[in-house]
Formats: sequence, structure tokens, C-alpha cells
Amino acid sequence: MKPILKVENVYKNFGSKIVLKNVSFELYPSDILGIIGPNGAGKSTLLYILLNIITPTSGKIFYFGKDFFKNRSEILKKVSFASQYVSLPYSLTVEENLKVFANLYEIKKADKKITELLDLFRLKDKKKVLTRALSSGEMMRLNLVRAFLNDPLILLLDEPTAGLDPEYVKYISELLKYLSKDKQLAIILTSHQLGELEKIINKALLIKNGITLAYGTLTELFKKFKVNSLEELYFKILT
Amino acid sequence: MKLSFKRIWGIILRHLYLLKHSFSRWIDLLYWPTVDLLLWGFITIYLQKDFYPEGKWVFQFIGALIFWNILIRAQQGLAVGFLEDIWARNLLHLFVSPLTITEYLLGLFIFSLFKAFIASLLMAIIATFAFNFKIWLQGIDIFLMVFNLIFFAWSIGLLTMAFILFFGQEAEILAWALALFFLPFSAVFYPVDVLPKFFQYMAQFVPTSYIFETMRKVLLEGEVSYVLILKAYFLTIIYFFISVVIFILSFNFAKKMGKFTKIGE
Repeated sequence: MKPILKVENVYKNFGSKIVLKNVSFELYPSDILGIIGPNGAGKSTLLYILLNIITPTSGKIFYFGKDFFKNRSEILKKVSFASQYVSLPYSLTVEENLKVFANLYEIKKADKKITELLDLFRLKDKKKVLTRALSSGEMMRLNLVRAFLNDPLILLLDEPTAGLDPEYVKYISELLKYLSKDKQLAIILTSHQLGELEKIINKALLIKNGITLAYGTLTELFKKFKVNSLEELYFKILT
Repeated sequence: MKLSFKRIWGIILRHLYLLKHSFSRWIDLLYWPTVDLLLWGFITIYLQKDFYPEGKWVFQFIGALIFWNILIRAQQGLAVGFLEDIWARNLLHLFVSPLTITEYLLGLFIFSLFKAFIASLLMAIIATFAFNFKIWLQGIDIFLMVFNLIFFAWSIGLLTMAFILFFGQEAEILAWALALFFLPFSAVFYPVDVLPKFFQYMAQFVPTSYIFETMRKVLLEGEVSYVLILKAYFLTIIYFFISVVIFILSFNFAKKMGKFTKIGE
């Protein structure tokens, strides 16, 4: 099977500060990769490089076998992103925000799609509400609705469950797991909630100061480092 | 990559929705042009009636005001539209989508055109009823001049956006201030030859000075100087090209420095 995302030797420095050093990994359909590391490890920078929001200093990125930097617009039609820390414009209603993005992703039958997704993420009654009136949990779910508008093949999530009620953390985790299995969706996510992360990811990339300290499937990593949980792995490698 | 009209429409829609919900943005769009026109229109009527009864003072001032407002609305429509996306921290969401920078700019250009059209339509209606000045009866050449003003306004808008991307939000004041830098050299309300020598020299390089000189000729003498209009277009094309290049360099610089993830915080 061919990887749907291939990251080769990515470096990033801001001036003299090295943020990422020689990061490489591959992602296959239905993979759920957790990028794990302490604050300032370079996790978000890596996600933003994978979205072409930050330009890498060097390295190559291939989505679906195509060079990302030469086919950005075409590739981003099937890649999506959501973050707890980036909200949609507050002055528009939930529906208006989604309609804007439905146009940006050239979604056909957008109204139907929006209604279905709002239902799936339990936001149906918030359709006409101004985005500023949403709670942080509802805002994250709205971000996820936006991220699923284009039926992505790869989904990048920056701390998707931070600030959510335990009920929604469980719901979102189960939903992501279901979508990855059922729709062959590949997911990359960062999170500090190692317990929750361990339940859904099958691969992990552990980084510190921009350097990859471990990468592989959870089974391989647990065996290699002789640990029984992600938390143990984290403390063994990263501290 | 082909341009997507749907994505361009997405950008226009985002700003139309914003306008729909915002009373203050409507005030900004409609109130200031109205106040400007009424204030300067009546002052000019007073001056003409009591001090300088000769000539077409009122028409000259009102024409200049409408033209200047078209430039300001088009420039701010672009620069403030960009700032709206910064304030809402929306740039990141926009540019993780397939939207290209060309489509984004085209969306903002069209929206700024809409804002300039609304403001100038309002001013033209007020000028007709309050001062009996019918701008649309001044001939088709008026549109030639208006298009030039809009292109120059976009050049200033693009430069403003480039400075904001390069220097950060500290530079956002330029969205309101940069166009005013060109005001004295543009000879909006007076002929170029009343300017001091150095300012006259500077005015040669400002396309709007040729447009306002032509506008005065049209209103006072009923004559159009196509040579002046051509000079204005020649300069505007150069300014527009330079602005696009500077904006793209700043956009790439912002991506290199990771500014899209921080801007708006």
C-alpha cells in the first residue's frame, strides 16, 4: 500500500532557532498518528507546515504521491484542519460561517451537507446562532463540522479535545475512531491527554526540541521501550 | 491552477455576512460620505455666494469629494477587509483551505468595488438633490477616471496589507492613513500649480494628480485631456505591479516566519 502522506527530512528554523530537525514519517489510510511532545517541542509548527501555513526551511512533503508545494490547492481539497485555539469569525452565524467555507471547498449540495454535519456533531439547534454565543466546546465541534465539510482523506487536529467536557471527549474520540475505520480517514493529532490519545491512535511520533525521539506503531514502540502505556512511554523518552 | 469563482464568491460572501450583522460598518459606509458631502457642499455654496460668485466652485468641490471618496472606499474596502480577517483570526482558516492568494485578493477587490459603489451612489444622489450636481451627466470619460482611481486605491490597499504582514498589526493604522499621504500631492481640491515647487515635482509621480486635474477641466471647461488620463494609467499600472510584487513577497515572508499562526492575537 502507498502512503497518502510522506514527510521527508523536514527542517524548520526561525532565524538561529531550530524548531524542527530532520522530521520524517508516513501516513496510510485509516492511520491515526499522535504527535506527542512537551510544550514548545514543535508539534504545532509541524502541523502548520503540513498545511503550508508555515514554509519549511527544507524537506519534502508528498500527499497522495504529489508534491504538496506544487499542488497545494488541489491537495487541500482533501485535507482538513481543526484546532481548539482557532475559532471561526464570531460575527457570523454558525450557518453563515459554514456556507462561506462550503464555497471555499466548492461543496455541492452544501445546505444538505451542513445540516447532516450539524446533526452529527450535535449542533443542529445552533444553526442560526451567532458564533460568538457558542461555548468553547461548541466552538470546537463547529471547527470539526467545518473540517468535515469537504469529506477529507486526511484530517489534522491540534488539541481537538482540550477544554471539552468528558462526555464530548469520549464522543469525539469514538467518532474519530469510527470515521478512520469506516471512511478510511487518516488523522494526525496533537494532544496532551495521553490517556484519551492512547485509546484512538495506532501510531505515535514523539518529539522534543524539534528532534524525533521515537516513531512507529504503538505496539512497536511499547515493545521497543518496554512500556505498557503511552504515559509510561512519554515519561521514559521525553523527560 | 484554475481560478475558482466559487471560492472568490466565498470571500465576498464572508464580508457581505459581516456587513449584514454590523450596524457600525453600515454607519462607516454611509454616514461619513454623507457628512463630508453636506459639510463641504454647504461651505462651498457659502463661499461662492458671499465671496467668489464667479465660476463653478460648488461643482468642482463636490466632484472632487465624490472622486476622493471612491478612492478611499476602494482602498479601505481592501485593506480593512484584510484586517477583518486578521481581527477574526480567520486568515489561518482561509489559507488551510484550497483558496489561493489570487482568489482571496480578487474576492476583496470585488467587495471593495461594492463598497465604493454604494458610497459613491449615495453621494451622487445627495449631490443631485442638495446641490443640483449630476455627476453621471459629465460624460463617459468620468468612468475612465473612476477606474483609474480604483486601481490606484487597490495599489495603496495592497501596500498597506503588505506592511501589516511584514510589520504586524502595529502597521494597521496605515489602512486609514496611507491614502491620506497622497492627498496633498493629488491636488484633489486645488490645481497642481498652486503647490510649492517640490510638491509639484512630487505630484508628477502621483497618478491621482492627473485624474483630479482632468476632472476639473471636465467640470469647468467641459474638456477632457486624454494625455493626462494616459499618464495616470501609465503610473497606476507601475504602482499596481510594484504593490502586487511587494504583497506577494510579504505574504511569503509571513509564511516563512510563521506569522499566520500568531497574527490577530
